[in-house]
Amino acid sequence: MNISLVLQMAADTLPDRIALTNNGVHYTYGRLYASANAAAARFAESGADYVSYLGESGPAMVVALFGAAMAGKPFAPLNYRLTGPETLRLIERLSPVYLIADTDKVAEIPAGAAKVLVSVPDFLKSVVTDEAEPFPAPEDDDEAVAVQLFTSGTTGEPKAALLRNQNMLGYVLGSVEFCSADEDEAALTTVPPYHIAGISAILSGIYAMRRMVQLPSFSPEAWLKLCREQSVTSAFVVPTMLSRIIGHIDDTGAPCDLPAMRALAFGGGKMPLPVVQRALTLWPNINFANAYGLTETSSTIAILGPEDHREAHNNPDPMIARRLDSVGKPLPTVEIEIRGDDGTVLGPNQLGEVFVRGPQVSGEYQGRKLTDEEGWFPTRDSGFMDDDGFLFLAGRIDDVIVRGGENMSPGEIEHVLREHDAVDDVAVLGVPSVEWGETPVAAVVLKHGASASEAELKDLVRQKLRSSRVPERILFVDALPYNEMGKLLRRNVRDLFNA
Amino acid sequence: MQLKAGTKLHSAVCDTDVMVIKGTGDVNITCGGAPMTSARGPLGELDAASAGGTAMGKRYTNEDQSIELLCIKPGKGTLAIDGVPLEIKAAKPLPSSD
Repeated sequence: MNISLVLQMAADTLPDRIALTNNGVHYTYGRLYASANAAAARFAESGADYVSYLGESGPAMVVALFGAAMAGKPFAPLNYRLTGPETLRLIERLSPVYLIADTDKVAEIPAGAAKVLVSVPDFLKSVVTDEAEPFPAPEDDDEAVAVQLFTSGTTGEPKAALLRNQNMLGYVLGSVEFCSADEDEAALTTVPPYHIAGISAILSGIYAMRRMVQLPSFSPEAWLKLCREQSVTSAFVVPTMLSRIIGHIDDTGAPCDLPAMRALAFGGGKMPLPVVQRALTLWPNINFANAYGLTETSSTIAILGPEDHREAHNNPDPMIARRLDSVGKPLPTVEIEIRGDDGTVLGPNQLGEVFVRGPQVSGEYQGRKLTDEEGWFPTRDSGFMDDDGFLFLAGRIDDVIVRGGENMSPGEIEHVLREHDAVDDVAVLGVPSVEWGETPVAAVVLKHGASASEAELKDLVRQKLRSSRVPERILFVDALPYNEMGKLLRRNVRDLFNA
Repeated sequence: MQLKAGTKLHSAVCDTDVMVIKGTGDVNITCGGAPMTSARGPLGELDAASAGGTAMGKRYTNEDQSIELLCIKPGKGTLAIDGVPLEIKAAKPLPSSD
């Protein structure tokens, strides 16, 4: 059974319902399904081992994703923001590949690099149909790789994360109710196709039978406009996007009304507390969900839901109020454990590494399976669960600073610095120290027009934490380096201190 | 019938197809009164006493919830294990996170 089951069920049930709107053009479930079957035939006869997609989100990507699954070939989308040489190195790793690329990208691919190279418009022309022979489904393909995603490679050469049909189906079938959306529901996706959230949005949206609206190039203005024009009822954003939307509204006085919006989910990185607090104040009637997931877990494994958000917002009990800073509780279909350095399972409120297991967890890279014999995957995220089962994250384990034998997470120091009124953004990391082995330093972005001295910020950390946590240096910068998904590029922050 | 997650089963008397979501081992699963099969064949007679029907996208489960089947094509038969009809598993709505 493969992920195309999701589309097949939707097309069998309501073939004429609109599945996707892109640039004002509608695609029904019936048409997407027929087109995916036609695409599967193309992929099968091509002799390629992989189907790849180098472009912005659009109907071609959806058709290619399901067509590849039907043909039994992994779908391996590529980041269209990579440089030419980076892209070519990845294409080589997918050889022989059937590559569908945006028109401007086609010209950049040297002849012979791909077994088949076709532009998005030509691909659509060749496969979009309302009538296609059902492609004979491969047997017993639960274990087959459905999607292969390259990690962003913030620490080295991108790794190829493998998501098998059983992982992706495990996620969708376990967390979404089939055809549960009303016909007027529309979900706006702004996450690119090469990101796990972009893939899971398609699978979940189709299984719920919610019309998908795609916005390939994000800007706060375009997002707000499309939400209104298309009467968008739910949306997913990464924290940076929400931060920019709110910044746009607050800075320009632009109207914030989103009349149709019922649910707004975010994930893909740490959501700064002030942003979510502002969002709850701006839109008291919208249901907010904070999702925590990883590529290796086929997307979401824990959620802080709408009720939790409302309860925590402005709650006088600090233990409840701080839940806004958590990622909620594990999905019913996964288990989460916190383990210490020696592998022992820790109790509530003890900081350790987050481990997860469940059908959706692949925990696998090409040539390397990271799950243990009992199926537990070490996420490399550090965190703890409180007495009520809310999961709090404290950064990546690999970012932990060891100062004179004392472990500290950049997250706790960043959290304190962020509390200062003048601080807009901050990144803490460890730099080599002759005396301590490693010592914390901070790069701080001040709010426009605000000021704070290095001594003042150091004092704040000393008071709230302890002296060993005080950054040895504080560097004031105009902005911190993030990738397009809002992921902090710590390697580049480190360069600021080496400069 | 040997069960394994991901296995697709067909009714021998109606259009019903299910996929095994959960459950392993040798289980006597019937639909419309007849054992389900792993390959589609000519349809037999539907037992009028087992004609409750199946609904698309619903999950069917036995009493101890050790076995769970997802209806991927609806039909007229009733799903049962050892003669005991399966129940539709209530959906626990999760906030949409994507």
